Amino acid sequence: MPETELTISEAAPLASSSGAAPPGPLREFWLAYSQSRGAIAGLVLIVMLLLLAAFAGVISPHPPNEQYRQFTLVPPVWDAGGNRDFILGTDPLGRDMLSRLIHGTRLSLLIGFISVALSLTLGVVLGVVAGYARGLTETVIMRLMDVMLALPSLLLAIAVVAILGPGLINAMYAIAIVLLPHYVRLTRASVIAEAGREYVQSSRIAGAGALRLMFNTILPNCMAPLIVQATLGFSNAILDAAALGFLGLGAQPPTPEWGSMLAGALEFIQRAPWVVTFPGLAILVTVLAFNLMGDGLRDALDPKLKR
Amino acid sequence: MLAFILRRAALVVPTFIGVTLLAFALIHLIPGDPVENLSGERGMDPARRERLLHEFGLDRPLPVQYGEYIGNVLRGDLGSSLTTHERVLDEFLTLFPATIELAFFAMLFAVGLGLPAGILAALKRNTAADYAVMGASLTGYSMPIFWWALLLILFFSVQLGWTPVSGRIAVEYDVPAATGFMLIDTLKAGDLGAFRSAVSHLILPSIALGTIPLAVIARMTRSAMLEVLREDYVRTARAKGLPRWRVILVHALRNALIPVITVIGLQVGLLLSGAILTETIFSWPGVGNWLVHGVQSRDYPVVQGGILLIATLVISVNLIVDLLYGVVNPRIRHA
Repeated sequence: MPETELTISEAAPLASSSGAAPPGPLREFWLAYSQSRGAIAGLVLIVMLLLLAAFAGVISPHPPNEQYRQFTLVPPVWDAGGNRDFILGTDPLGRDMLSRLIHGTRLSLLIGFISVALSLTLGVVLGVVAGYARGLTETVIMRLMDVMLALPSLLLAIAVVAILGPGLINAMYAIAIVLLPHYVRLTRASVIAEAGREYVQSSRIAGAGALRLMFNTILPNCMAPLIVQATLGFSNAILDAAALGFLGLGAQPPTPEWGSMLAGALEFIQRAPWVVTFPGLAILVTVLAFNLMGDGLRDALDPKLKR
Repeated sequence: MLAFILRRAALVVPTFIGVTLLAFALIHLIPGDPVENLSGERGMDPARRERLLHEFGLDRPLPVQYGEYIGNVLRGDLGSSLTTHERVLDEFLTLFPATIELAFFAMLFAVGLGLPAGILAALKRNTAADYAVMGASLTGYSMPIFWWALLLILFFSVQLGWTPVSGRIAVEYDVPAATGFMLIDTLKAGDLGAFRSAVSHLILPSIALGTIPLAVIARMTRSAMLEVLREDYVRTARAKGLPRWRVILVHALRNALIPVITVIGLQVGLLLSGAILTETIFSWPGVGNWLVHGVQSRDYPVVQGGILLIATLVISVNLIVDLLYGVVNPRIRHA
């Protein structure tokens, strides 16, 4: 994530100039975050994935949908019969696996980003309103969230796709809806906890309106758990999008989305295991990276959970 | 206690009403109406369309239609599948035991391995064993289980040939369905070969489905144990000179189990999500597989009924876990 990258560069000069002064908030955060080797590994992985996604067009040796008909199901380069032009082999249609995986990184990160951003925005608004207004508004919003939580996440996503129709964009909406209750509940709980504090009282006495109180005064103090949940939301979004793609309800062929790549490769699992192993490995590594970073952020941001 | 039960049960009612609204809305939100879907590519003349709309009750005001829908649901009538023309509830009930059987053994695998692994990690904190357990559980938690299932098939079924690739039992066995639970039915029929076949079909799907709950349970057990091991009563038990295993299993574990049991209960929704994928990959004839087919073939009564039934199930299990928690922990009861 960009914020954490910033921290690295800003923390360095601080360290050399002031030895005795108490660490600033960013540096304090970085000190806590870098405590865990897993968190660092997650961050490094995510930066690498972001670079892959950003420069997919430059890095990948072939266009992702180019079919080399005379090179179908070429094994990876270290296998007997491998071809140096196709490092991770080709799929049943002769498309380069490596190039498709690299372009898939872009898709997966985009799916994660868009669905989390949509869900977070709507969830924060609903959560702040529920926590600030209380009463009937709160009851209606929270009962609605209870209904959504009563459905297993993949089932809810499938229901939404059944309504909207299959496709990558609709899968993103479906995942945003699935993630929504978590952000609403989290925001509401922190808003209720903060609303009674003195600084909110004084701001109200100073004449701040409801909107200002909700979003300017209270919300910034509720961000820590939301940042953690958003990071973990990325991993859920990527997993669910892959699952939908795998079931044929998400990204449609020939989109190089990891889940739908797996679905298209199923019948070749015995003859060409590499068409199945690599896309799954890509999902696993990406999800693992976001989970590592989420755990690290939680430990660094939440003093109650500090070891 | 009764007041507590009633209070918790009352909270469930609005959620259930919400779920019926969602299931009802599903049919009305899909593009086109059911009649249009029936008519297919060639279209349908307006008079016949009107008649069918009237027959299905689709020309009446929405609140009336919803009232009728609720009436039907309460009578157990969830409509009929568009493809098989069987009643949705009957189909669900026929397939449901297969899902329960799979989920039960997945949970057995998860608890049987997750509890000891979590306890071990807590006792050997910050050693190689702890890191191994935590690393494995984080990996398991991040695993796309449809891919994990494929890897298991690739290794154990294709490479080693130890287990069958898919299905619930080998085709040569014809076991009369008495309970719907294959293991019980085969034993009842006294057919040991069929029983062995059913067990071998159950192993890989259970592992695939149990992996994420296993990871969650191991992590939860570890942190609950670490918390409890710091408590004064554990030190007291140790100071009394009790054997180490007794302190760990009786004094510490029993108290650490409370949050773990809650987490196990909350895994039910996760298990059903996982069952959708696991059943699809292993061609396991359960409700997950059935629902995916329903969505793919636009069999809306099946999708609607399946969502309603599964949501009801999850709500009920969560309620039971809540109530059990109240039984175990009096502080919850009087909150």
